[in-house]
Formats: sequence, structure tokens, C-alpha cells
Amino acid sequence: MGLNWVALTVFVLLFGFITWLGFAAAHWRRGDLDQLHEWGLGGRRFGTFITWFLLGGDIYTAYTFIAVPALAFGAGALAFFAVPYTIIIYPILFIVFPRLWYVCRKHGYVTAADFVRGRFGNRWLALAITITGIVATMPYIALQLVGLQVVIGAMGVTGEGFVGDIPLIIAFVILAAFTYSSGLRAPASIAIVKDLLIYVTAFAAAIIIPIHLGGFGKIFAAVPPEKLLLAVPQGHTTGAYGTYATLALGSALALLLYPHTMTAILSATSGHTVRRNAALLPAYTFVLGLLALLGFFALADGVDKLPEFADGSHCMSG
Amino acid sequence: MNNNRGYAWSWWYLLLLAQFVPTLWVPFYNSVEPSWAGIPFFYWFQMALVLVSAAVTAIVYFATERAA
Repeated sequence: MGLNWVALTVFVLLFGFITWLGFAAAHWRRGDLDQLHEWGLGGRRFGTFITWFLLGGDIYTAYTFIAVPALAFGAGALAFFAVPYTIIIYPILFIVFPRLWYVCRKHGYVTAADFVRGRFGNRWLALAITITGIVATMPYIALQLVGLQVVIGAMGVTGEGFVGDIPLIIAFVILAAFTYSSGLRAPASIAIVKDLLIYVTAFAAAIIIPIHLGGFGKIFAAVPPEKLLLAVPQGHTTGAYGTYATLALGSALALLLYPHTMTAILSATSGHTVRRNAALLPAYTFVLGLLALLGFFALADGVDKLPEFADGSHCMSG
Repeated sequence: MNNNRGYAWSWWYLLLLAQFVPTLWVPFYNSVEPSWAGIPFFYWFQMALVLVSAAVTAIVYFATERAA
């Protein structure tokens, strides 16, 4: 598979732009970056708009783009759990988090561990919370890296062993460098670019591909029946219904407590900002739903019958 | 615990929590019919829920927002 020059050029240009943006972000809404809350929470000055991009970018990631459509392609209806999941996080966000925001602002807490230590007075509990947060975020980060590796591979950039890892290492080092120097302002500014790209891509894909494939009726007709819907539970178990609902509920209860989403919430200007975003962020869930259907578009297009698909799954496991 | 800044409990919040029911009651929407524009019920119903829940959240926001 040769190098895809168009995709590679676009990728390099965009990456160059966000590298510049990441370092330049240190001067945006200027503050003393030696202060932890300035560096770590952007000075708690992100209004409705920016919080929407930042929190949206945190909640909807390579998971949205790669994992969910892939699951739809492989397992079918089960992948759609991501939609109820990202519906029910918003009542939780609305009811619980403005209060948490207020308490953290009042006492100067920057992280969940700070809050736990202040609230319960126990250092060890705070440490346990910190370690849990770090460990829990690692699979998330691993997913982002795997996603990036897949994208790099899809552009035709290949290499064996260590050489194949070089583009990913370069990308990671650059991202780490400007996040270190600019703090939260870096991912916040980049989230704006990233999320705009996601919206454009999702709507373009959701409009153009069905037209190309002959309409939704044809697409869903091409999906095998066992993938189209959840399997009806047999016997006395809740079966796939229980799986679906608990996946949605469990993920929703956890998501907002992850360090990356907590940070985005605590960096808001006020509790009002958080509440407004609970009503506005579902726009991203709509996009997520459209992107989940990409997996079905691939099925309808016969991607699973392509020889490259067999090659590709061989590469990923190799 | 009833100060403005802390956002005390409001009965409107029940409207928000009510959203959990149709969203998580999977047997209700696990079907192909009634389909719409070629899309099975399972899919378009959940997408519709996204829009409805955003609208409900907006309603609760305006109903409970104080000048604080």
C-alpha cells in the first residue's frame, strides 16, 4: 500500500498548525503559569464556548472516531451503547457538578484528590484517588495512541519494528512538550480545531456516504440480522439488555470523575457555565451516533470482504 | 446547604432524572419497526432521545437558573 500523499500532506500541515497553536496558547488569556491553577486549570477562566470545546474534546475522543464505529462494524448494535451513555452523563453533570465546581473554587482545589483530602481530611485516601485516576486514564491514553498509529498506518507510512514507531513517538513528544509549557490552555485551544474538524467530517460522512451507498434502507438491509439488533435474552438472564444498559450506566457514572473531564469542568468560569454545557454538549452525542453508523456503512460497502481487511487485521496483531 | 451558589435541590431535577428511564429501558426500543426513512427504531429512537434530553436539560436550566 503506497503513501497517500494528499492525506499525508493535510496531516502534516494540520499537525504543524496545532504544534504552533499549542505553544502559542501560553499567551492566551495570559496568566502566571507558575501558579498551579493557572497552569492546570487555565485560571478557571474558560467560558461557555471554550468549555464546550474542551469538555467535548475530552469526552469524545479517538473512542468516538475509531473504537465505536469499529465495534459497530464487528459487533453491531452493541456499539450504540455509547449513545445512551452520553445521554445520561448530562443530568449527572447538571445536578452534581456545579456544586463540586463551587466547592473547589472556594477552597482552591485543583484536582479530585485535593477535594477528597479537604473533605475527608485523609492523605491516604487522596493518594488512593490519585493513583486510581492515573491508572484509569492509562487505557484512555493507550487508545488515543493506538488510534493515532492506525491513522498513520492508513496514510501509508509503514515501517518494521522501531522504525514504524517513530512517527508516533515524534507526535507524542511534541504534544507532551507544548502541554508542559502551556498547561491546560494548549489542549483547550487545540480542542477548538479538533472539534470543528470532527463536526465537518461527521456531517460530511453521514451525508455523502449514504447517498453513495443508495440510502439508509439499503445500508441497514446489508447488515446481518444478528448485528442489526441486540440478541433477545434467553432464559432467566437479562442477557444483552443487561449488558447494554449497564455498559451505558457504568460508563456514565465513571466518565465525569476521570482526571481529564474533572479538569475540564473545574476550569470553567462558573457553575452556570457547567449547567449550560449540560444542555449544549449533547450535540456531540448526536455526532457520535452518526459516527457509530459509519461501522454499518462499512458493512454495507463490503469492507469486511476486502483482501486489505484480512491483511490489516494480520498487521495489527503482528 | 441551601445557599444560592451551591444550587440547592429543585423538583425540576426529577425531570432530568426521568430521562434515565426511556434511555435505559432497552427492551422497549430493541426492534426494527416502526422504522423511519429506512432506519430501524432502535437507532432513530436513541438519536431522538439525544435531542429530547438536550431540550429537557435546557428547560430545567431556564427554570432553575438564579441570578447568582
